[in-house]
Amino acid sequence: MNAPAVRESFDVIVVGAGPAGSTAALLCARAGLQVLLLERGEYPGAKNVSGAAFYGSAILNELIPNWWEQAPVERYICRRDIAFMSSTTSVALDFHCAGEGYTTPPYNGFIVLRPRFDRWLAAQAEAAGAFLLTSTVVDDVLRDAKGRVAGVRVRREQGDIHGKVVIACDGVNSFLAKKVGLQREFHAHELSLGVKEVLGLDPAIIEDRFRLSGDEGIAYEYLGAITEDVHGGAFLYTNRDSLSLGVIGQVSSLVERRKRPYELLERFKAHPAVAPLVRGAKLREYSAHLIPESGWTMKPTLYTDGMLVAGDAAGFCLAAGLYLEGMNYAMQSGLAAAETAIDACRQNRFSARALGAYQKNLKRRNVSTDFRAYRHAPAFVNSARLQNLYPEVVASGMEQLFRVDGNPKRKILPLARHLMRQYQLKPGEMLRDGYQMMRAYLW
Amino acid sequence: MVMTTHEEKMRTVRFRVAATPHIVVNSEVCRDSGCSLRACVYVCPANLFVPLDDGGILFNYEQCFECGTCYIACNQEGAIRWSYPDGGYGVTFRES
Repeated sequence: MNAPAVRESFDVIVVGAGPAGSTAALLCARAGLQVLLLERGEYPGAKNVSGAAFYGSAILNELIPNWWEQAPVERYICRRDIAFMSSTTSVALDFHCAGEGYTTPPYNGFIVLRPRFDRWLAAQAEAAGAFLLTSTVVDDVLRDAKGRVAGVRVRREQGDIHGKVVIACDGVNSFLAKKVGLQREFHAHELSLGVKEVLGLDPAIIEDRFRLSGDEGIAYEYLGAITEDVHGGAFLYTNRDSLSLGVIGQVSSLVERRKRPYELLERFKAHPAVAPLVRGAKLREYSAHLIPESGWTMKPTLYTDGMLVAGDAAGFCLAAGLYLEGMNYAMQSGLAAAETAIDACRQNRFSARALGAYQKNLKRRNVSTDFRAYRHAPAFVNSARLQNLYPEVVASGMEQLFRVDGNPKRKILPLARHLMRQYQLKPGEMLRDGYQMMRAYLW
Repeated sequence: MVMTTHEEKMRTVRFRVAATPHIVVNSEVCRDSGCSLRACVYVCPANLFVPLDDGGILFNYEQCFECGTCYIACNQEGAIRWSYPDGGYGVTFRES
């Protein structure tokens, strides 16, 4: 491949043009720094997959006012539906808000498609003056005589590019963070595999079927038998003229149960609560990606001499049941990294000590605060009883509560006692799980 | 069509196949370690790992999503070596 002429030295080199990288590059370029944004895909977004529900509208609005007017967004999210499933039954929390900030600017969240959205965001960084180089893999960092990170080595001829600061936004598998020794190898229980389909469907049918008007959208999330006995969940989001749906399974649990992820996806679409939603839709694209679901516990060392880590590469993905957010934290950490890099360039100090300001900036951007607050939630969400037992109990309980069959009605307490016997629930375990839940969400 | 076979799914994905593989499976490790778990065979979303009768694994890199699941799931040291394909090659998502 013919490499375009690249200058040999930059102030900041950002690796990976996803939401973290493009946001970091945008801010650094606006501060007047020489910025190189590297992307291994044919275009930004070519390798990227998420649901994708993007709840960071207000954050992006800070950088690009009224960004949604020019960006490729699908629908804004004003409805959320969280469902507990058994194989026959679904019990859901249905949230609809027509209030300020949900159906009015800056909107609480948007459903997007990553190859389009990421491409647009990288173009904003370019417009601000960052130099975007696609189809370029970074194989390693360069180090100076003192062993400090001083640039990157890309897989091209004469591939050494010098930079004062390297910001690694190279995703969940971050080879860079591992190469530099900031990140360890992951365990199979810390990561989840998401498989996804985009299914084409007429916008008029989407609006009728999901009771949406205009640009409104809904995000469904499912927990329970939808993934059989695999720990995980499923989602379904409405795009403009398609649906995004997928199944997420903890890698260790897929292995233990010997389940093929795409077979779970077919089971999901065939579930009686889901089948009517996807009827008549036609497959446009199948995709898959890993998700760093363990959040706080898989956080790498976030900086070293000459280098910072942001986005999925830093494990900034909040998979806390109630929340399933990654793109916003990618951007917030990208901003925090950029702010750190800008200060470092102003002071011409790039040591780990100088870059340690990143910690403070992550706190100010509400990244570490959120991840710390919800640090117990991912393990709770992926715990065996919450995954395989309680959704079944809730579904069965509602079935029995609503059933009218000529027998005397049971009040809640006798019904609860019956359910405890039926599912052999142990009070001690339930107390412990209750405490885990409260620790995860209440305080 | 809502329900699709795995082959139908894979036909919707665009790949630009590189000349050299970015993932190499050392089948000898699979065979010699007597790996019976064969996690790669189940977890790969592209179904690229084929178990052989002799205990080895046959792998084809051409339709790889570059997700990294096989590497995470494999419990045999040195059985799977992987990096990313050359820039611009490999999977190219258009819709997801």
